Amino acid sequence: MARALSNTHCSSSETVAEPEADESTEQTRRAILLGALASTACLGCSTRAHAAEDPPGSDERPQRGDVLVFSEGDQEGKLVTAADLPAGGPPVHAWPKDPKTSVVRSASRLNEILIIRLDPAELDEQTKARAVDGILAYSAICSHAGCPVTAWVKSDAGDKEVFKCMCHNSEYDPRAGAQVVFGPAPRRLAALPLALADGALSVAGNFIGKVGGAQPG
Amino acid sequence: MKTSITKKQWYLSGFVAFTCLVSTAAIAGPIENYAPVTQQRLENPEPGNWMLYRRTYDGQGYSPLDQINTSNVKNLTPVWTFATGVVEGHEAPPIVNNGVMFVATPMGQVIALNAKTGDEYWRYKRQLPDDLFQLHPTSRGVGLWEDKLYLATTDDHVVALDAKTGKVVWDTKVQDYKKGQYMTLMPLIVDGKVIVGGSGGEFGVRGYVAAFDAKDGKELWRTFTIPGEGEPGHDTWQGDDWKNGGGSAWMTGNYDKDTKTIYWGVGNAAPWPGEMHPGDNLYTSSVLALDPGTGKIKTYHQYHQNDSWDWDEVEAPMLIDLQRDGRNIKSLVHPGRDAIFWVLERTPTKINYVAGWPFVATDVWKGIDAESGKPIVDPDHKPVVGKRVEFCPSLWGGKDWPSAAYSQKTGLVYVPANENFCGGFTGEKIALKPGELWLGTKPEDIGLKAKPGADHFGELQAWDPATGKKVWQHNFPKSQLFGSVTATAGDLVFAGGTNDRNFRAFNAKTGELLWEQKTNSGIMGMPVSYEIDGTQYVAVQSGWGVDAQRIQDALATNNIGIESNVPQGGVIWVFALKK
Ligand code: FES
Repeated sequence: MARALSNTHCSSSETVAEPEADESTEQTRRAILLGALASTACLGCSTRAHAAEDPPGSDERPQRGDVLVFSEGDQEGKLVTAADLPAGGPPVHAWPKDPKTSVVRSASRLNEILIIRLDPAELDEQTKARAVDGILAYSAICSHAGCPVTAWVKSDAGDKEVFKCMCHNSEYDPRAGAQVVFGPAPRRLAALPLALADGALSVAGNFIGKVGGAQPG
Repeated sequence: MKTSITKKQWYLSGFVAFTCLVSTAAIAGPIENYAPVTQQRLENPEPGNWMLYRRTYDGQGYSPLDQINTSNVKNLTPVWTFATGVVEGHEAPPIVNNGVMFVATPMGQVIALNAKTGDEYWRYKRQLPDDLFQLHPTSRGVGLWEDKLYLATTDDHVVALDAKTGKVVWDTKVQDYKKGQYMTLMPLIVDGKVIVGGSGGEFGVRGYVAAFDAKDGKELWRTFTIPGEGEPGHDTWQGDDWKNGGGSAWMTGNYDKDTKTIYWGVGNAAPWPGEMHPGDNLYTSSVLALDPGTGKIKTYHQYHQNDSWDWDEVEAPMLIDLQRDGRNIKSLVHPGRDAIFWVLERTPTKINYVAGWPFVATDVWKGIDAESGKPIVDPDHKPVVGKRVEFCPSLWGGKDWPSAAYSQKTGLVYVPANENFCGGFTGEKIALKPGELWLGTKPEDIGLKAKPGADHFGELQAWDPATGKKVWQHNFPKSQLFGSVTATAGDLVFAGGTNDRNFRAFNAKTGELLWEQKTNSGIMGMPVSYEIDGTQYVAVQSGWGVDAQRIQDALATNNIGIESNVPQGGVIWVFALKK
């Protein structure tokens, strides 16, 4: 699934293939490690030049143990709990937040997350295995050109509600690992493993899959 | 505002390029015997070259070459192709200077090629930030001056490259991409000034046109398209609306070398529903006449007031000498996104309305005031907050940014138009978040509808601007027409723009389809023509994406038997007559 457009990025980070949902944990772990190495080698290519204005850690990707806060709406900044998630959608938009420093990781738009609760009976096997109480989290950044995925609407290609990026109409099915069901997006949305304890949600691991557009911009 | 980068930044940027190993790699370069570009050459370009966006400063998109003509165009055949390695909409004209071709692609790439053989000299690949996003991630080309070329980037920098090697000479940050500021246009070069305009009206930015010194990237002037406090026109805005008023300058301007005036098209007001920014909203949906030396606004003409339809008027009007009603008119001709074919007169101090007529069906205008040239709006079809309003044509208008062309031989203007699409949306007050879309409606509320029973959508139209008569029209039954057109002295009009991947040549006098060729993808790019060693070539980029793709998806969801399956991926195609 690595696209043929590696030349517009740092070459090293592009060698990281998107781990498919059915890959072994070991493969995934290795890919994440490679990704981490790649980003170290390409420090100058990232957007970190802008980090000076933001608190430390606010542009880092979600970390294990981060809590989740609403990124928009009346409850912006408040913790997202399982009770905030209506069964069957729509998704809640959230940022990860470091519980130790209270830093919200909102300095990079690549950190915005969609959290949704679905009927576990509707989920495919791999997605079901990742869900906690039917709750799933995905990157909110479209894999086409990086717009935010904002809509929860009936699919153009089927009769179920799907995540939709209105920029160029890409649709993703959250019941099936957010695979693309319509439009120009080249690959699924990255998934974010979650943990649930006493109704409180937290991040259980790194994004699985590449976050962001196929090509920047 | 910004100046050229410091020594330390130079060093750092060199370091970044090295660690990433992908900044610029010479393949067959450097280029020997490069022909430096002067003001004299830009003002009187050799017939065999294409050095400006529309070849000449007047924006006509006309090549005086006629070796390929109506009698032999059937023998046109590809002579070389070059895959750009990039998906998304490829919109730039291949720019040609004495046998060297420079092509800009989406994602900040410039490729230098031998225009005769297709061999690569060098390639520049910009390192774009991972968190960049735009609705229109594309590039419309590189400007040339002396031995450098100039690229405006989607992360909002202007970059100067050495034409022979592709090495970065300077790199000036213009504004902050994180606030929705970006650039997609080909810079206009006048007298050593690199003149660009900002995109991003859909993010609620304030538009501008700015000039940079071609030598060192120093900013020379910046003129906002939305007048600030104390500036003429500011009173056409209320409160603080002007601060985020839109008015993006998406496209390259044209230039009147006799009066030293540049004419720049200005985008719509933000957010979309007009009641969210009461007033005429100067200079949105207008043409500005600017002094290239200082950026001073000499005069302007606003095509329509208080835009509410997303009808930016960003294609600069063509400068055409017309004989109309027994008078010689130095005209500005603009087939508008607002569905009106505008004929204006440019004088050194004023732009006069001459004539205007709808070139596709519209229910928005009830007429045009003959004195002022202001169109009269039907309030039933003007979007408002809290209610769904439908209007025709759609928000992509009668003709969007793809360029029309004018043939000096036929005296006709060729318009890539769209008919039988209507649209609508429900206006909504939404708080502005810098860097996020701010349309004044939920994107999911926007609709595009094919008129029931419509037998076609795209139309290539030929108009006589002197008489207001349509001379011919070619309909596309199963596709929109979304690509720039080019006319040649061989009495040909070249156009892509359809969802069937075809590139076509039409008889400029009659509209007869004379030749077509399937390409790898759909064509949104601008066709050009050039000559090397006595052979005439025609070149175009094929690479579907951006708005053509969005219309295509909308067509697919209209259940009228049109699929959303145009393949993507950019290829430069070059054609010549079979030997
Ligand atoms: S960015 Fe989402 S469909 Fe294009």
